[in-house]
Amino acid sequence: MFKKLAVSMVAAFALATGAFAAGEAKNVPNVDFSFDGPFGSFDQNQLQRGLQIYTEICAACHGLQYVPIRTLSDESGPGLPADQVRAYAEFYEVFDPAIDDFRTAIPNDHFPSSNLENAPDLSLMAKARAGFHGPYGLGINQLMNGMGGAEYITALLTGYTGEEKEEAGAVLYENKWFPGGWIAMAPPLYGDDTEFADGAATDLQSLSEDVSAFLMWTAEPKMMARKQAGFVGVIFLTILSVLLYLTNKRLWAPVKARYKSK
Amino acid sequence: MAGIPHDHYEPKAAWEKGLAKRLPIVGLMYDTLMIPTPKNLNWMWIWGIVLTFCLALQIITGIVLAMHYTPHVNEAFASIEHIMRNVNGGAMLRYLHMNGASLFFVAVYAHIFRGLYYGSYKAPREITWIIGMLIYLLMMGTAFMGYVLPWGQMSFWGATVITGLFGAIPFVGDALQTWLLGGPAVDNATLNRFFSLHYLLPFVIAGLVVVHIWAFHTTGNNNPTGVEVRRTSKEEAEKDTLPFWPYFVIKDLFALAIILVVFFAIVGFMPNYLGHPDNYIEANPLATPAHIVPEWYFLPFYAILRAFTPDVWIVQFATFISGGIIQADFFGVLAMFGAIAVMALAPWLDTSSVRSGRYRPMFKWWFALLVVDFFVLMWVGARPAEEPYNTIALIASTYWFVYFLVILPLLGVIEKPNAQPETIEEDFAASMGKGDSGTAAPSAQPAE
Repeated sequence: MFKKLAVSMVAAFALATGAFAAGEAKNVPNVDFSFDGPFGSFDQNQLQRGLQIYTEICAACHGLQYVPIRTLSDESGPGLPADQVRAYAEFYEVFDPAIDDFRTAIPNDHFPSSNLENAPDLSLMAKARAGFHGPYGLGINQLMNGMGGAEYITALLTGYTGEEKEEAGAVLYENKWFPGGWIAMAPPLYGDDTEFADGAATDLQSLSEDVSAFLMWTAEPKMMARKQAGFVGVIFLTILSVLLYLTNKRLWAPVKARYKSK
Repeated sequence: MAGIPHDHYEPKAAWEKGLAKRLPIVGLMYDTLMIPTPKNLNWMWIWGIVLTFCLALQIITGIVLAMHYTPHVNEAFASIEHIMRNVNGGAMLRYLHMNGASLFFVAVYAHIFRGLYYGSYKAPREITWIIGMLIYLLMMGTAFMGYVLPWGQMSFWGATVITGLFGAIPFVGDALQTWLLGGPAVDNATLNRFFSLHYLLPFVIAGLVVVHIWAFHTTGNNNPTGVEVRRTSKEEAEKDTLPFWPYFVIKDLFALAIILVVFFAIVGFMPNYLGHPDNYIEANPLATPAHIVPEWYFLPFYAILRAFTPDVWIVQFATFISGGIIQADFFGVLAMFGAIAVMALAPWLDTSSVRSGRYRPMFKWWFALLVVDFFVLMWVGARPAEEPYNTIALIASTYWFVYFLVILPLLGVIEKPNAQPETIEEDFAASMGKGDSGTAAPSAQPAE
């Protein structure tokens, strides 16, 4: 009785928890990112391309206020050399309360925050949006493909239909994936908006994926360390479980034998 | 300590005798660890260790997190990101703490439903049960306040909705809500007091856990048969029991290790699975999220809260009878707290003389339905408040109350229980012999 119940409880639990994030939104198309899955890791070249797109296009309006510029040299991130990071920081002017004025940024500063009132900060965007909803694949989909935050950004960037309308003096653009269908951001990418030193593809889909991957890194810079810790934890605990299983079996054997022989 | 006769600690060396005369701490620890425990405990009796582990995990990770966290509305969200990015091991600590809360609630629900099925709440264990319910209430309070601390959108709006419940209380509601929040709305004062209490309550819980353990060490553990340990002599008691150390400590640790494999996989590979993406957006009092959804472990009771809308006849009846004092929102609050209160009253609502559900043919099915009902409530609590979810929530909420207030008292009268084993030893022997169904007389040798 209790065994059956326990099994159905676990199944129902998975269903109920998977269902709770459900909204009215539909699932966005999945993208096969390099960082998907328990063993996925960031593609350093892709992150560097994403940084380039962010710098040339997104940064005009958006900010990354939680991201320290120095982390661009992280091994598990874009991995830029220290002198490049220093040179990169000099692009930005930051406000320094100590001198009560703006000055050139150094690697220890954070990226500036958004320039426009209605342009949200992008630091955490890839974790603040879920592209996959509801009990879709239950936990397994989460495990293999993530929450779909990066996929949502890709879908949004490629989801413009070309329709526009004017509302209360502002132009809105129709987008298949934006909640409500109309977004204030003009299509930021069209394809071939930039050129990469490594000669990577610059079509709309590739650019969108590159910048989405970069934003996944800004949202979860410790992802690779986390997955590694999880992997080590799972391996060690599995070994511990086996040892405890054998200990337990050995410990109870004489107690059980007393009754089994009857 | 326990009512079950067993060996006690005998100080031998001179310093042991000296210490025992002044502070009997070794004897206390010995008796606690060596308590006679029924041989036949099954795998549903492992949750106590899991819960103890969770409490320790939450306190340890929480203390370290508090060293880096800033409880101020302008700084809180950024300080979490500071932990996630700049503190050594900070991301792991924070994800352990975040998911540790979920593991805590998985374990506590399993623990509570185990108690409900095997009648662990029945005499003489009512006080253990009541203390347990108090711990559960404090856990909910602690978890709720902890969820506010990251100061994300769900933190802020969850706090606004839940503290708004107190505003629904007639006459004193508004004053009470202002007093709880430290102002007219959720703001810096609220965040500060929630941080303070979130740090305090786990230690209150730890204190109550000691009382909880003390209480059931006095009565002895329940077990899957619900039959009491024979305690006329030590020899007889030893046929039914084994000391907690090492037999059950090792068994429980084995179960804990398996559970932690799953836990670590979630923390390592999908730590945000159980969270809400909106909580990665900083709290904004001017932008209400499309759906305000509490954490999964509150969903069943959140569903009960929302189920009693003004068009339900019992709500209208209550409004009429009370001369308009009990409106639908207050009725919902009463129902939510009532749902936990009826569970706490189970020892007095259950009239059956048989303790374990294993020997109660009708009870089994009503209990299974209650478990299903719990998950239905959890599911419906996450749905938007519209049809058909409202009707499902209302039916499921009603069953929760019917189970405790009608079915438990009635079953004791109309149900004909199956035969129970005479002793725990008989049950244990039967489970060993698998084939011979335990009908043979348990002619086991004495334990020594």
